[in-house]
Amino acid sequence: MSDPFGLNRHIILPGPLKLDGGTALAPVEIAYETYGTLNAEASNAILICHALTGDQHVASNHSITGKPGWWTRMVGPGKPVDTDRFCVISSNVIGGCMGSSGPQSIGPDGRPYGMDFPVITISDMVRAQAMLLDHLGIAQLYSVIGGSMGGMQALSWAANFPARVASAIVIASTARHSAQNIAFHEVGRQAIMADPNWREGRYLEDGKSPDAGLAVARMAAHITYLSEQGLTEKFGRRLQNRDVKTFGFDADFQVESYLRHQGLSFTDRFDANSYLYITRATHYFDLAEEHGGHLANAFKGCNSRFCVISFDSDWLYPTSESRNIVHALNASGAPVSFVELSSPFGHDSFFLELPALDRVIDGFLKAGGL
Amino acid sequence: MSALRPDLAIIAREVAPASRILDVGCGDGALMAALRDGKQVDARGMELDRANVTECVARGLSVIQGNADTDLADYPDAAFDYAILSQTLQTTMRPDLVLEQLLRIGKHAFVSFPNFAHWRVRLSLLWGGRMPVTRLLPVAWYETPNIHHVTIDDFRALVKERGIRVDGAWFLSGDRLTSDAAANFRAEHAVFLLSR
Repeated sequence: MSDPFGLNRHIILPGPLKLDGGTALAPVEIAYETYGTLNAEASNAILICHALTGDQHVASNHSITGKPGWWTRMVGPGKPVDTDRFCVISSNVIGGCMGSSGPQSIGPDGRPYGMDFPVITISDMVRAQAMLLDHLGIAQLYSVIGGSMGGMQALSWAANFPARVASAIVIASTARHSAQNIAFHEVGRQAIMADPNWREGRYLEDGKSPDAGLAVARMAAHITYLSEQGLTEKFGRRLQNRDVKTFGFDADFQVESYLRHQGLSFTDRFDANSYLYITRATHYFDLAEEHGGHLANAFKGCNSRFCVISFDSDWLYPTSESRNIVHALNASGAPVSFVELSSPFGHDSFFLELPALDRVIDGFLKAGGL
Repeated sequence: MSALRPDLAIIAREVAPASRILDVGCGDGALMAALRDGKQVDARGMELDRANVTECVARGLSVIQGNADTDLADYPDAAFDYAILSQTLQTTMRPDLVLEQLLRIGKHAFVSFPNFAHWRVRLSLLWGGRMPVTRLLPVAWYETPNIHHVTIDDFRALVKERGIRVDGAWFLSGDRLTSDAAANFRAEHAVFLLSR
């Protein structure tokens, strides 16, 4: 049997994985990577959960685009998530399109699932990750870390597997999706489904994918990841490669050109149906609802340490959402740290250069003893 | 613990080992770190200033960015053995309500504050006719965070009126303890241990 640790790993687990929607998934494919070495006691494992359109390539080059991993500034030798000390695991969520079970996978009838893939939830993603950890022989995580949708997974881990989580870092996230969050994603989904190439999700068979719709979905979402200040500083009203306005509908403004590029390049690496499924999963996330309507109940019997971080310019998951989590953790008596960091970059701040974030994560992890 | 500010050193000495504390307005976390390392105390903190919170978390302390006036309400009753408010009371919007919250979430409360009736402050106001700027009150009136100046006698009157028990009181002149007698005149700083 091949080494289960290393880059570009792929495992097919027999399952079945029972899903919140009432059905089950079998087998369960998981694409993942590990960095660093698991110690003899298996006590130095850190799981990093990716955001909506992220993937398992946290700190390695992307298998399609060749670009560096999405969190190389945080994860690596000598970095805050130090791969000399920790064994870091990252996996593509189920529903994703980077090798884990998702709408692209081949279904029981020999064709790609498409929209026959079962609707999944954040908890389902987490249960699949737990199966992966069982496979790797990791009983308890030193820490589970995630930003945005990754933060939802980290919260779900702590609430549903309290004995398996020694600490959790939740960045720019929320314990439930707001109406505004749902509304923005609905625009994106409708853009995909309005693309004639989408064909009720059956596009994989005829090779013409709904790129235009997916690009629009990405453009709309991308705006929510930035801030007005960030957009103004980066683009203002500057024109794109021209001195005068064309009085047409070409990308006159730099910000238009930038968004079009973001939308287009996204279609190179992401699957439209996966986008539908994963955004859907975030909407169903309501950790309080899962625990009798009281968020504090979600953390009862939880011995994990928590670190909650928000950004002052994030209007997608604003600081009030993080405070909501912190209040519940306080009410349940959990040891929690919380800081709202200042950054002009909006929701995407956790990917970007922010020394205070490095210091907080480094200090919080070291306080766990390793 | 020798490096602690004098009022914090008193609190650090009096807190029972292995107890649970909440340090409200914990600053850079010096007291929390001393209690954690010296007395195996389960220490939590709350701090308004972002840079201080970042420092605290970076040194491994459980501190949340929050406001004593609004964020204490989230803690359950008697969640801590001690709720500590050092040199923060006079900066809150409603010191009386903050005091009530401290005694709700802590079985005991330590409160320390600079005494506005210290003789040097009195002299400064009496002879200078200007708002005092002293060693313990070093900031001019227009930019001081101290929006509710309080004297030892004011504080005693408040706790008496609210039926709060005083389990201990320490008065500081510089780094040295000074006697209970004429504390309102002679002490620069007071530390009270309270309970309900």
